[in-house]
Amino acid sequence: MDLSYSDEEKAFRAEVRAFLEEKLPKEMSDKIRKGEELGKAGQEEWHAILNKQGWLAPNWPQKFGGAEWNAVQRHIFEEEAAAHYAPRIVPFGLSMLAPVLQKFGSQEQNDYWLPRILSGEDWWCQGYSEPGAGSDLASLKTEAVLNEEGTHYIVNGQKTWTTLGQHANMIFCLVRTDKAVKQQEGISFLLIDMDTPGVEVRPIILLDGTHEVNEVWFTDCKVPVENLVGEENKGWTYAKYLLTHERTNIAGVGFSQAGLTAVKRIARAEMAGGKPLMENPHFAARVARVEIDLLAMSTTNLRIVSKAAAGAAPGVESSMLKVKGTIIRQEINDLARRAAGAYAMPFASEAIEGSNLALPDPLNAGPVAAQYFNNRKLSIFGGSNEIQRQIIAKTTMGGGA
Amino acid sequence: MNFDLTEERQMLQDSLRRFLRDKYDTATRNKILESDTGFSADIWNGLAELGVIGALFTEDQGGFGGAGFDIAVVFEELGRAGVVEPFLDTAVLGGGLIADLGNDDQKAHVEEIIGGALQVAFAHGEPASRYDTNRVTTTAKVDGDNVVLNGRKAVVVNAENADMLVVSARESGDAGDEDGISLFLVPADAKGITLQGYALLAGGRAAEITLDDVTVPSSARLGEAGKAFKAIEARVAAANVAICAETLGAMETACRLTRDYLMTRKQFGKPIGTFQALAHRMSDLLIEMEQARSAVIVAAGHLEAGYKSRESHVSAAKNLLGRAGRLVAEDSIQMHGGIAMTQEYELAHIAKRIIMSDHRFGDTDHHLERYIAIAAA
Repeated sequence: MDLSYSDEEKAFRAEVRAFLEEKLPKEMSDKIRKGEELGKAGQEEWHAILNKQGWLAPNWPQKFGGAEWNAVQRHIFEEEAAAHYAPRIVPFGLSMLAPVLQKFGSQEQNDYWLPRILSGEDWWCQGYSEPGAGSDLASLKTEAVLNEEGTHYIVNGQKTWTTLGQHANMIFCLVRTDKAVKQQEGISFLLIDMDTPGVEVRPIILLDGTHEVNEVWFTDCKVPVENLVGEENKGWTYAKYLLTHERTNIAGVGFSQAGLTAVKRIARAEMAGGKPLMENPHFAARVARVEIDLLAMSTTNLRIVSKAAAGAAPGVESSMLKVKGTIIRQEINDLARRAAGAYAMPFASEAIEGSNLALPDPLNAGPVAAQYFNNRKLSIFGGSNEIQRQIIAKTTMGGGA
Repeated sequence: MNFDLTEERQMLQDSLRRFLRDKYDTATRNKILESDTGFSADIWNGLAELGVIGALFTEDQGGFGGAGFDIAVVFEELGRAGVVEPFLDTAVLGGGLIADLGNDDQKAHVEEIIGGALQVAFAHGEPASRYDTNRVTTTAKVDGDNVVLNGRKAVVVNAENADMLVVSARESGDAGDEDGISLFLVPADAKGITLQGYALLAGGRAAEITLDDVTVPSSARLGEAGKAFKAIEARVAAANVAICAETLGAMETACRLTRDYLMTRKQFGKPIGTFQALAHRMSDLLIEMEQARSAVIVAAGHLEAGYKSRESHVSAAKNLLGRAGRLVAEDSIQMHGGIAMTQEYELAHIAKRIIMSDHRFGDTDHHLERYIAIAAA
């Protein structure tokens, strides 16, 4: 047992820090710190900076142009990136589609799509959930029928909660290709060009006013058969593989650490009873409690990360980290809005770039209440916390639950 | 013991509920939220005609209610429908302080308020006051027959729509002293007043107010010089009863929507409410609802009691509603899933009303500390 990082890991952290200090544009980190929307162009700019450094795809094997970092290195990067208020990496192409292509896609698909993900030529979004298929994803109804010539699938149906679909030109979808078999056995994994006639993207405005997610409708869309990934009707297997990737960094340790720093900063600026709120024993206790939880959780995360770095596939621990990690992040969001007092009330939003400039913000708190509401999504998406608990129960109680 | 509403209050509740059900649907409300003024004059006047504002004042003051139970009945219904119009600010706070402290000339405004013709805002909180009602640094300096006001007021709800502002300012003492605070009735367009207005997350609008040598006649003072604190405290207590009742109403709506959703939304071939994990959570919400209802009843029933009893019960309710409200808002969203995250769904606005009610006149923690302090005093 040795709780300290190795010399190599420390050197790696120093390298990451130096990179962030030199290459992360200040106006970009300012925006992230203030909780402002980066926008498509800003996001692409950050991707390009990382790509130039060779760090855009930390989890990809080097032969595909990735950094091939181990889990500990990825963790160090995520921690430093959050501490420096770097934008997050938009995960859909890089860490959700790419691993599936690399494992199940053809040589041609990898040769064509992977470089375009790195260069930013394609912006991917994910077409999984449907209005009737949320937690019960396998009941999805969007169907793809092969035409008589066998050249194209004709796709009809609707996807929803499509994050940043408004920026995307490509969508990877789970579609039903066989209705006669068991639900899970009739699903395929299909890549669809969003410019195909019959694709329509409709915005969904979230409760904090942001346009983050969309509905995507398909009406008689012609999709070339070359865009099928792997085998027909094996999509569920691929999706499950992808979900294990979606759940790496699901603990959000870096976000929580940055969030807690922000809470303390706000609570030092906010006055209560003539003293900084941070000196109020009751508030300080709330902060300390979540800090203690975070310290333990980040250690759990490191334990799992170390195991993964040694080659073990994360199992039920991913679900545990998702549940605990999101509870902690949401608690920190709650503390931030609490700390801001009456100044949490103005409708500060990430919705419109620069829209918060006219708002009073003497605490320099940013849109804390909007973030509190927006981050209720953390325990809903990527497999709700109820689904995660079900996975934990099923796994640990041998199917008896 | 009798927990039934009086006949008059029952009628008020029925007519208010009917009015709001017919006229304040989600689409109408969402339009109001996006409007420049942040409130609907039609709704305001309609509710004034219905007697809703009059119910918030005593007979002596020109109304026909004014007790804790009247306030609770009105605000529970406003909360149930997610109403954003500023009844709290114009009637309970601004109008209430004028009615409690004003001379005959000043009290004449109460009639206009009850009729719906006059809007008021209570300019009290300051950037460094958080939830302390005694922390006033805005100054009032007597200058012959006039008084000159200087300072800054924070997150003044309804300031832009207000015709009159009830402004607190210090005539003597230090920032945290209870003694030395006065109230002034100031026309909103007085020279030296600058407003920086903005929308609020849970609906309605507020403004930062700068008072720069605002000069008013001494006759603008409400009540005795430097002695306004007790009246402010009493009105803040009434406001907290109103906020608790409003939150209770909003929680009722959140629970109704959630229960309906659990019974209709199907996943894995059956209504999700049949899954025990969700069914038990729904049951917990309903248990907390009863706790919240009782806390509101007790606080409302003690609004006319002596200082210690009143403040203790009000703080107890605000603490409990803060906790139960958070549970109901968060679990309602969680049990719905993504749909509750969308702006157009009713629950989104209701959840915001519930959570943001914790940010006016003391949050859960503030009132826990206050409850302890009152018990120890």
